[in-house]
Amino acid sequence: MRLAYTLAAALAAPQASLAANPVDWPSVLSEARGQTVYWNAWGGSEATNAFIGWVGDRVEADYGVSLVHVKLSDTADAVSRVLAERAAGIDEGGAIDLIWINGANFAAMKSEGLLFGPFAENLPNWAFVDGEGKTVTTDFTVPTDGYESPWAMAQVVFMRDTADLPDAPGSAAEILDWATAHPGRFTYPQPPDFLGTTFLKQMLVDLTNDALALAAAPESDAAYEVVTAPLWAYLDALTPHLWRSGRAYPATGPAQLQLIYDNEIDLAISFSPGEATAAISNGLLPDTVRTSVLAKGTIGNASFLAIPYNANAAAGAMVVADFLLSSEAQLRAQDPAILGYGTVLDMAKLPDADRAAFDALDLGIATLSPAELGTAQPEPHPDWMTRIAADWQHRYGAGL
Amino acid sequence: MAESLILKTLTISAGATPIVSVSLTAAAGEITTLMGPSGSGKSSILAAITGTVPDGLFATGEILLGGQNIATLPGWKRHIGILYQDDLLFPHLSVGGNLALGLAPGGRRTERQGRVKRALSEVGLEGLAARDPATLSGGQKARVALMRVLLSEPRALLLDEPFGTLDSELRSQIRSLVFNHAKARGLPTLLVTHDPQDAEAAGGPVIRLR
Amino acid sequence: MTLSPSHLFFWLTVLILGGPVLAGLTGVVAGAMGHVPGLQNAIPAGDVWGAVWSWPGIGRSVTLSFWTGLLAALISLASATLIMAGWSGTLSFARARHWLAPFLAVPHAAAAFGIAVLIAPSGWIARALSPWLSGWERPPDLLILGDPLGLAMVLGLIVKELPFLLLMMIAALPQAKAATSMALVTALGYGCARGWLLAVFPGIYRQIRLPVYAVLAYSMSAVDAALILGPTTPPPIAIVILRWAADPDLSLRALASAGALVQLGLVLVALVLWRLGEIAVAQLGRSLAESGQRGSGRAAEIAAATLAATSGIFLFGGFAVLALWSVAGAWHFPAFLPETLSFRVWASHGAALVETGAATLLLAFAVVALALALALGSLEAKPHRCLLTALVYLPLIVPQVTFLPGLQAASLKIGLGSGALPVGLMHLVFVLPYLLLVLADPFNALDPRYRTIAAGLGLSPARQFWRLRLPLLLTPIAGAVAVGMAVSIGQYLPTLLAGGGRLPTLTTEALALAAGGDRRVIGAYGLAQAAAALAPFALALALPRRVWRNRQGMLHG
Repeated sequence: MRLAYTLAAALAAPQASLAANPVDWPSVLSEARGQTVYWNAWGGSEATNAFIGWVGDRVEADYGVSLVHVKLSDTADAVSRVLAERAAGIDEGGAIDLIWINGANFAAMKSEGLLFGPFAENLPNWAFVDGEGKTVTTDFTVPTDGYESPWAMAQVVFMRDTADLPDAPGSAAEILDWATAHPGRFTYPQPPDFLGTTFLKQMLVDLTNDALALAAAPESDAAYEVVTAPLWAYLDALTPHLWRSGRAYPATGPAQLQLIYDNEIDLAISFSPGEATAAISNGLLPDTVRTSVLAKGTIGNASFLAIPYNANAAAGAMVVADFLLSSEAQLRAQDPAILGYGTVLDMAKLPDADRAAFDALDLGIATLSPAELGTAQPEPHPDWMTRIAADWQHRYGAGL
Repeated sequence: MAESLILKTLTISAGATPIVSVSLTAAAGEITTLMGPSGSGKSSILAAITGTVPDGLFATGEILLGGQNIATLPGWKRHIGILYQDDLLFPHLSVGGNLALGLAPGGRRTERQGRVKRALSEVGLEGLAARDPATLSGGQKARVALMRVLLSEPRALLLDEPFGTLDSELRSQIRSLVFNHAKARGLPTLLVTHDPQDAEAAGGPVIRLR
Repeated sequence: MTLSPSHLFFWLTVLILGGPVLAGLTGVVAGAMGHVPGLQNAIPAGDVWGAVWSWPGIGRSVTLSFWTGLLAALISLASATLIMAGWSGTLSFARARHWLAPFLAVPHAAAAFGIAVLIAPSGWIARALSPWLSGWERPPDLLILGDPLGLAMVLGLIVKELPFLLLMMIAALPQAKAATSMALVTALGYGCARGWLLAVFPGIYRQIRLPVYAVLAYSMSAVDAALILGPTTPPPIAIVILRWAADPDLSLRALASAGALVQLGLVLVALVLWRLGEIAVAQLGRSLAESGQRGSGRAAEIAAATLAATSGIFLFGGFAVLALWSVAGAWHFPAFLPETLSFRVWASHGAALVETGAATLLLAFAVVALALALALGSLEAKPHRCLLTALVYLPLIVPQVTFLPGLQAASLKIGLGSGALPVGLMHLVFVLPYLLLVLADPFNALDPRYRTIAAGLGLSPARQFWRLRLPLLLTPIAGAVAVGMAVSIGQYLPTLLAGGGRLPTLTTEALALAAGGDRRVIGAYGLAQAAAALAPFALALALPRRVWRNRQGMLHG
């Protein structure tokens, strides 16, 4: 697949003029009042849906913005919609105002000039964001340039059922050893699912001797082959011992929860440190599940919000994005009984009362503390992911 | 009201092939009988008169009613009443509803109801206006069907083997009822049948198709 | 011929059936040539097609779609035929007919979920046998869902296609003069089933040929059943197309268009093959008839009963398990029943379910009302019957994934925007064919002498329609409304694409939540979907009984 040049060719895309100017926040607030914001966000998690519902109640009460959650089964549906609208010449009054977006979808929309902004760093609550310590200004190494606003931190953890697997595997090699000894008890979501490719990246990061090479696009095909060789050797060894002998994979991250619950598998990857605790309280996981990270650490990134260039209610969308950066919303998101997402705020910048509230939060039985999570490893450059996902398809996804 | 129904070389064809051609005069107050074996085109002639020639066939010639050529009118403006072998009462309407259907629109509700009532008593069916037609006997149904067509004040009456399904006692009874009413109203009436007894009872001219 | 209102309806119908497919296909052809709407640079067509053919596993994907589609259509047709041969004309069959409606009403996705929770290694069947018989303390590591041959997916397709074909066959019985033919061959000493196959089936098949083609095309391109039950390494071509269309690399959308053309070509090849098969089977049938062999047909009756029961068990069993999951608290393998009950899902989703359900039904009703006017108007006009028949099947035979994206672009271009209007129009494209299919036979079966009598009574065509044909057809119309609403309720891709997500229905919500894989939520939404689709059927049965309670002639026959 060498079609990515269209994306590169479009980097100099013209940007939309700003209907609402984020620099003039009072006028944004007054424009937002009475607007309806259609937030397109993945609808596969009940916990997230409930959280978004709460956000809707709060922004209605405080800012007169009514928020509608458009539940997607795939973020790409929203990207398609904006693309179709631009094709039809609908450059204002589009159907989508706000998208929960990440990584490759963001890179594609940004380079195609499909985003509104920059706006993120003009949001009033940006002052409290931890711009230095957390990866909130790059998304899969692509600079966000203010075209998306962070709202939660994610980091890879491994969920295991301690009834069957008491000791956490600390490395890719230990996962392989355990899977070989217990065939059929481990699997990962099928790439190109987001979490599935995250697993491949995590294994690559853990196995490679050349972490620096991953920070930029592969220098050459030869370099790519050299750097990824350990990953393919690893997967060749692992695949026969996977669940269903690697002939089928769960479609998504949450589908793995069901497999653990049914006692089909004992180990699964997650990109949300609080997911296991929330799932236990919702009865989606047995309460014997605990989480862990690898000895060398795990990949982390942020979840973002972006506004399409033709959004009908850009002002309202910015108000929602700003509210999500408030201590109130961030505290609620981090509560494992609600969402269990990591905060993007810098504790040192917060007023004392807010900081105390964060400190008092009970993270729940299966959530690691920030100290236990350790420092997140950086994401590899997106080109690695694109090529690895395509190669995976060749090697393991095209039939035996 | 003394109009005759005149067919002038009424010809039914399938493409270029003529199937049947007939010329006749059905005088007012007289029952003219059309006889012939099946496939001789009797039904097609009736269809041409009512304006319901099936797809693939077409009719030429003139159909004169009181001197007016009605062949160019749509069927519903011709006022040609027809009775079939089956009573064909509309199953979703009551007996009275079937009868009222043929009344010309307009007029007061009580007046319309009165006409329906009188029509029913004329054939000995007093008080059955509210009944479900499916609960009537065969003879009762045939009488309702007759009164339904007469109430619509047709200008001519067509009878398409109308007595075929009735048993012999009922058959002669209904036959004379229909004939008497048709004659009494001075209607030009065309009877299609293959039963010589029907033709005999009609007492009018008999035309045989081959 | 003068232009009457009914002719206007007829030509509107032609436009609605043919226009969207053509508009959609035009967009897809442009995409396959590298012109993706909205993308700033066109891609060389050669690159697009080269990328399609070198896509990992594309050959297997194509073969898989081809094989599973043919297999599902063949088994569905054979089963429906056996059931009719062994069973039609019996009293129990007359009663069983009423059970077809729910089978038809249940949306494909809900049926597929039901089957999944039944046959999975952790499913109800395995639980029923564990651990006392199987010895399984944890689910066996067996590849049942998503098997490489696609057999689970074929099963999911059959459960829905079999009742559709049965309904079409039953509708064809009167015109095929089944009763007369059967009396004849039985007198000649043929067993019921064998006689039916030789004497009645050829006449029936001639009439259901297009529905069979629609089943074949649908089976080869189905999305819902494939996503839930189908293999993934690699998936069928329809899923590959969806993935391309949803890839963050926007240039892959050109591949999706090209893939759609591959899918269309695949369906056409299969249709040609099927046609050749028809000719071969007809030859075989004739030589069998000439051989004059008699047989008892007992085996066919048993096979018919088994097949009907099996598909019934899969559908109703699946729903029973979904219902259980929706109220399950803890429910670990291998427990046969939930260990604890919890109404958490119903409590937290109840209000949303009612609200979305009401919106879904309202939309379906509005679409069906419009479609009904068009269908009845077209049937009244009934010129160019061949044109109408061919067009009815156009949206059913051309796979949805091949023309919907192009159609979405076209509808945006003419300024339809997003929300209820474009969604309703998009649903109309799929609802109208079913209404025409269901209504055509009862409409044409009305005794033509009623028309002559009514004209003789001086009733204008309009009065004939309102006073006579409409009430006379109330029962089939109520049934058609129910079928149409079920079709509207089950639409996923058209709702999503046309609505811009602003008009959530039970089906779009169910599939979005299904991405989370929570069986309790899936169970609740699956049941709600089925209930929404079944409610109109219950009304359709009850309404004529209520209205015609004093009209025996309208209740029988």
